[in-house]
Amino acid sequence: MGVAIDVSYFLAAALFILGLKRMSSPVTARGGIVWAGAGMVVATLITFLTPGMHNYGWMTLAIAIGGGLAWYSGRKVAMTDMPQMIAIYNGMGGGAAAAIAAVELMGGEFHSSTFQVLAVIGALIGSVAFSGSMVAFAKLQGLIKRSLVFPGQQLFNLLVFGGALVFGFILMGADQPGSFSILVFFGLALLFGILMTLPIGGADMPVVISLYNALTGLAVAFEGFVLSNAAMIIAGTVVGSAGTLLTQLMAKAMNRSLSNVLFSGFGSGATSSAEQDSEGTMKEIDATDAAVMMAYADKVIIVPGYGMAVAQAQHKIWEFARFLEERDVTVKFAIHPVAGRMPGHMNVLLAEAGVPYDKIYDLDEINNEFPQADVALVIGANDVVNPVARSNPDSPIYGMPILDADKARNVICVKRGRGKGFSGVENALFFLDNTRMLYGDGQEVAGKLIAELKQL
Amino acid sequence: MIEGFTALYIFMLAAFTGYEVISRVPVILHTPLMSGSNFVHGIVLVGAMVALGHAETDMEILVGFIGVLLGAGNAVGGYVVTERMLEMFKSSKEAK
Repeated sequence: MGVAIDVSYFLAAALFILGLKRMSSPVTARGGIVWAGAGMVVATLITFLTPGMHNYGWMTLAIAIGGGLAWYSGRKVAMTDMPQMIAIYNGMGGGAAAAIAAVELMGGEFHSSTFQVLAVIGALIGSVAFSGSMVAFAKLQGLIKRSLVFPGQQLFNLLVFGGALVFGFILMGADQPGSFSILVFFGLALLFGILMTLPIGGADMPVVISLYNALTGLAVAFEGFVLSNAAMIIAGTVVGSAGTLLTQLMAKAMNRSLSNVLFSGFGSGATSSAEQDSEGTMKEIDATDAAVMMAYADKVIIVPGYGMAVAQAQHKIWEFARFLEERDVTVKFAIHPVAGRMPGHMNVLLAEAGVPYDKIYDLDEINNEFPQADVALVIGANDVVNPVARSNPDSPIYGMPILDADKARNVICVKRGRGKGFSGVENALFFLDNTRMLYGDGQEVAGKLIAELKQL
Repeated sequence: MIEGFTALYIFMLAAFTGYEVISRVPVILHTPLMSGSNFVHGIVLVGAMVALGHAETDMEILVGFIGVLLGAGNAVGGYVVTERMLEMFKSSKEAK
């Protein structure tokens, strides 16, 4: 039986790597997840045959409940809420790794002290990933609205982390770790995850989720060493390193360093100077004029943002774009790398609406086309088109690459209200002379625009 | 038993593999890939099953039970979400 298990785990690990490889290209991506899924099924089924196990009833029940709930929630969730679902599933993985460590520590039977050390490190990382991901979920879901910032916060966090480390060392050294130390250790580790995530602003959440994803992978790998489970070691390590790289790519796309994301409450500092720099007033436009303006344009660039996702406007927008195309207007979609709540978030939504790939452009591809565009239609995007990122060194988003929508001849901003963007920074774009504001819910506005176009 | 330098070698090679697999990936795939890798570490389910399978006391069984529950959630949820996301890439290409 041992051989069958080893072979199955080997197969699973190979399928995971091949699956991930396929997922890194749009052509083969869909097959990739199926390969990885097959690996998971093989590994899970064969684990039931591990010799010397009991509690099969509990095991089956736990899989049924956990798997069932996740299946249901994953199927039900709207495409726009994907980021927080990834956060919560990731947190569950971290929690599972921590639970494995807890069981091993309570059992107190380690083959060597190295394993004991690894179990504790994995437990620490897993716990932080668990509670941190849950906070990230709560923030993206809108359950926690404000970023918690208080004086001496970093020192306090450091103390909590130090406390977790001290108890971690106690657990590493103990022959038979006491339940008190175990409890305090996990309590402090979980608390640290919460404290570390609370001050981070929503705009930075994608990077944070990606980081926790990498951490969970690492925790899984460490617990894999403890259990001598090759599939866990390989899958966990691969995710750990891939996730770290992905985190770096995301942070780079936002022009923020990882430490900057983690250790500075975003948008909480001195933003007042940036606000005062916005000159002029916001000028409104109604749907009729906006429709006319675009109908007689040669080239329209649509810049979607999170607002479009919230309003579920992607289908209407694409319909509107096709009407424009019928009138021989060139329509292009410009997507900022961090538009929405995750890199690629907008691409997924536009793909859902049926927008072909060749109409969607990256920041680098489209930015020099804005000066030739008659109209830049900004829908629910804010910080990613804010020109202060280029001009005002005091602004918290200074240096972030932006879409140069302000360089288009006319800019129409569809926006629900007069509020600020997710980062809390006032958008100078709205005050420019060539900018007109079109207030309303994205979907509603798109509907009106279509109706107006039909009448022309 | 995987121990000592064998463990280190596995760790090192797997780390390089992950790095290689992800480098040169287009931005549009960042979210699905994050979701996909999130699914892959759902393999933690297997470890949680083993831990629960060897649990003796009530407390160990309880924690192990939670572990399996969370692990199953990670694996199943990660798969469903990733599959739904990637499904859209397919439909957009067929429309083309």
